[in-house]
Amino acid sequence: MFTSLISKENWQRYIKSLKFALYCLTHPLDGFWDLTHERRGTYAAANTILFLTIVIRIMKLRFTSFLFIQVYWEELNIITYVASIILPLFLFVIGNWALTTLFDGKGRLGQVYIATCYALTPYPLVQLPLMIFSNFVTVDEAEFYAVISLISMVWIAFIGILGMSQVHEYSFAKNILFLVATAFAMLVMIFLLLLFFSMISQGVAYFISLGKELLYRL
Amino acid sequence: MKKTIRRVGAIVLSAFILTCSTVDTTASEKRSYSYNYDYWGDVQDSPDLYSVCKVLTSSDFGLDKPLRSPQGLYVNGESVFICDSGNNRIIELKRTSRESLELVKIIDSVKGDIDKKEFSGPTDIAISEDGNIFIADKGNARILKVDSDYNFISQYLKPVDNTLDPSIPFAPNKIVVDTAERVYCIATGINKGLIKYETDGSFSGFVGATPASFDFTTYIWKKFATQEQLAKMVAFVPTEYDNIYMDYEGFIYACTGSVSIDDLKAGKADAVRKLNLLGNDILVENGVYYKDAFPVYGDLYMGDGGGYKGASYFSDVTCFDNDIYVCLDKNRGRLFSYDDQGNMVFCCGGNGNMDGYFRKPVGIDHMGYDLFVLDELDCSITIFTQTDFGALVFKAMDLFDEGEYEASQAAWEDIIKDNGNYDLAYIGIGRAHLRQKDYKTAMEYFELKYDDENYSKAYRQYRKIWVEENIVAIVIVLLLLFLVPMGIGRYKSIKREFDTADIFKVQK
Repeated sequence: MFTSLISKENWQRYIKSLKFALYCLTHPLDGFWDLTHERRGTYAAANTILFLTIVIRIMKLRFTSFLFIQVYWEELNIITYVASIILPLFLFVIGNWALTTLFDGKGRLGQVYIATCYALTPYPLVQLPLMIFSNFVTVDEAEFYAVISLISMVWIAFIGILGMSQVHEYSFAKNILFLVATAFAMLVMIFLLLLFFSMISQGVAYFISLGKELLYRL
Repeated sequence: MKKTIRRVGAIVLSAFILTCSTVDTTASEKRSYSYNYDYWGDVQDSPDLYSVCKVLTSSDFGLDKPLRSPQGLYVNGESVFICDSGNNRIIELKRTSRESLELVKIIDSVKGDIDKKEFSGPTDIAISEDGNIFIADKGNARILKVDSDYNFISQYLKPVDNTLDPSIPFAPNKIVVDTAERVYCIATGINKGLIKYETDGSFSGFVGATPASFDFTTYIWKKFATQEQLAKMVAFVPTEYDNIYMDYEGFIYACTGSVSIDDLKAGKADAVRKLNLLGNDILVENGVYYKDAFPVYGDLYMGDGGGYKGASYFSDVTCFDNDIYVCLDKNRGRLFSYDDQGNMVFCCGGNGNMDGYFRKPVGIDHMGYDLFVLDELDCSITIFTQTDFGALVFKAMDLFDEGEYEASQAAWEDIIKDNGNYDLAYIGIGRAHLRQKDYKTAMEYFELKYDDENYSKAYRQYRKIWVEENIVAIVIVLLLLFLVPMGIGRYKSIKREFDTADIFKVQK
């Protein structure tokens, strides 16, 4: 990944595609159309946005004023915390692709991933200044924080929904329908994963106890 | 090769032994007698604020007949009254020294013009400022008003009220008297609040009923339930109080244990209430806690253990003259103390037979800063006195209230040396710094213990001062923020005009 960035041409394309994320913020329909159809989005940029999102989310724990976020450090598990972003994201991407590919969706798996990551752009963009801002307010002004934070989330949802319709070339209604269906697909996948892991652990436990039993007998 | 295997084996074995031994030490770790909860609701061991000075039983008072299930404890000045309900008498004691109570009188009847002179299971006693004594004579369904020599003055009977079920016998259980000799009474089986008698003894109504908890889903369910199902359901009724205490200002502290854990946790029920004259709850619950406010219902963890389960059951409450109140938990035999903001000051005690542990504590009262606890099963009075640490905590609070902020801060700093896990100390130091206008330090202390309200108070001042001091720099920075981009834009547009101007093109 990094070696490919060394060449000047690739680097410029990467920067350009990153800058294109800003364009998508304000022009979601046009932006997300070009993102896939004109190939103006790159994996590198998508990864960067996702990485920034995760980093900002972790940084928020430490650097947001305690008025807004109180962290019980003793029980914080950074891995599950990171997984709490990555896992739903990948479930969404896979679930969405798996469904839409059966119903005339034009987006490929990679394109769905890129579009989803691009839709996350408001998060680092809003939450980083908000994080700094939070240290300069009192409880009376806490509403500002809540509202701005909410705006960033609504913004993500807004451009994400529009983006998906552009990637798959869906009408608005069909797009909403498949987003709801994706939510169910995510639930089904979580269910299957849980089932799978519990089965595996049961199976492993069986063989372990079998082995123990054998060792006792020998 | 063999050597390395042996070495690895030794390391693994020693690591195993090490982990096992650490597990052992944590398992045998004993909780201290006193504890407190921190911001996260975690239990933090604490040095004792109160320790047992003496446990006194019937033989210590020189009683002919030992106490039998005493129900009420009342302290007035140097006198201590025990309602020896099982023996139908009241025992008056006097505190002669730090750790001794001396028998003054055994009262089992009143003098004067009344038919029934003997008591029947008296449960509470109260004395007005004028020296008149009020006795809740539960078995005889009356409240007696007698003078200081126990000469009968009058008696208060079951109030005449249309809403009261006439078939329920009147059983006055707990009483308090205010300065004007108005009597407030809890009667068993009456859940409309406290029965209030005016100075002349006339019934004037009920005050301070707990609001009946109401649940929408239960309401819907009731609409569809059959008569039999309805009969089995718990009715929406206000809970009865278990005990009352009138503080030095005339406010009534009322506690109850018959509340469900769910209601307590949802904030729908109160274990303790502070009632004003109108019967409204004015208890401040504003303690620092990771949820809304620190819950004033005793133990936060209500799991089963040692045969005890459920929430703390407050059977009595008393309030010092500095607004710190102590609640007595009948369930686990503990004392819970809170300050006027609802922060926990200390918690101590437990169930057991050792000194400082109880079997069924039913009454608590205080003399100065000393605590008296009456145990119904043990038939004993436990005298608690303050330890040096406890005295220091109370001193720090009192000094702050008096406006001696520097002294208060010094006291809190001493407290931290004894107990670094005492959240109140950090907040106390912060508040002292705040009053001394040392906002930066105050903020640091408040941030340590997540006190957002006080932090904001300090920060608002700090920010104001900072802005006033740096107003010039702020204006310059703001101007630059606007002017520089504008200047760059202007420069670019001029440059573009030059580059694209026809005259320069012609020259090419």
